[in-house]
Amino acid sequence: MGSTGQRLTTAREAGYVACRRCGQVHDCGAKTCKRCHGRLRSRDEQSLQKVWAWLIAGIITFIPANLYPMLKTSTLVDKSESTILGGVVELVHHDNYGIAAIVFVASILIPVGKFIAITYLALSVQLRSEINMHNRHKLYDIVEFIGRWSMIDVFVVAILSALVQLNTVATVNPGIAAVSFALSVIFTMLSAQSFDARLIWDADRTPA
Amino acid sequence: MTSQDTLDALIACPHCDTLHRAEVLPDGATAACQRCHAVLLTAQPQAMARVISLALTAFVLMLAAISFPFLDLDVAGNHNATSVINAIMAFNTGLAFPLAILVALFIIILPLLRLGAIIYALGPLARGGRPHSGAKAAFGLAEALRPWAMGEIFMVGVTVALIKVAGLATVTVGPAFWAFAGLVVITVLKDQMMNRYAIWEALDNG
Repeated sequence: MGSTGQRLTTAREAGYVACRRCGQVHDCGAKTCKRCHGRLRSRDEQSLQKVWAWLIAGIITFIPANLYPMLKTSTLVDKSESTILGGVVELVHHDNYGIAAIVFVASILIPVGKFIAITYLALSVQLRSEINMHNRHKLYDIVEFIGRWSMIDVFVVAILSALVQLNTVATVNPGIAAVSFALSVIFTMLSAQSFDARLIWDADRTPA
Repeated sequence: MTSQDTLDALIACPHCDTLHRAEVLPDGATAACQRCHAVLLTAQPQAMARVISLALTAFVLMLAAISFPFLDLDVAGNHNATSVINAIMAFNTGLAFPLAILVALFIIILPLLRLGAIIYALGPLARGGRPHSGAKAAFGLAEALRPWAMGEIFMVGVTVALIKVAGLATVTVGPAFWAFAGLVVITVLKDQMMNRYAIWEALDNG
């Protein structure tokens, strides 16, 4: 099997509509899939609109997530609040470089990378770009796969605040940033899910 | 109108809409999209029974993971044992309350719902019978929930949290921790073994 040689036909070019859930092919008039009863749409016309809406919501909630404290720690001697970045710096101070790297990648690099990647994908589809289709599809796969991993920090806060409740000695409580960070991750996941990857491949085709 | 047989002999890539002729594969073979290389079909006759047995195992482990103590913290004689439920309830105050609901959804409710849906949809097929009514809806639900069941991410979070507190306290892991760890491995194995197109076909023909 090679991708060179004969030209590949899409379901839409052939006058069919395909179910994204189960792969079943239908005549173009069909509205629901006869196999899995899913809704059929040759392309999701509102895809980009939804992508942008969720993405903007994700970026907006990402701002307070970084400005406000994620964790509030109080011990016998002092009280401290740490933001996402502050938590990473603290880990570096304690020479936990590996863990610092995990938190930094999951809570900062991945979300920011996702914002950029989704913006790029949506813009390239809007401009009907014909370059790098394979790489853009791969980028989409990566974005969809990796997005949920940003939740790590929310779970860290959950475990720490459940575990460290030792009355006077030390207590850890979640900060408001944990909520906005969780929302930001959810919104960007929804944004990535709204993206209809078939649109990437439409640029060099004329709709039937 | 094209005849139904012609349509049934085709499979369209869900990622890029490219049409392919679906052929019967030799056992163990995999067919991928020629354009975007997404996997379209696999032939594993034993897969259905394996998926079901893994799903049942995961279900039992999940119950263990919820009910046994998860972690135990000890600082200078002060004990605090935590179950997974405690971890969720940590968010039950004030503005963080919605977070408690989200964490509960992501690590317990949605994974359980997804396992239940898979067992309901595929159970009869594994025994060679006809699918239950509503099996298609159940499997559709399981597929939709896939990205939102975050057990494996929770485990990485736990590891990070353990290392963070390791300096200031002694942490002992309880049986639920190992149940949850096993659960994650089994869930990943199960998801890799599930070929959604083959399952839809089986649900349709049953």
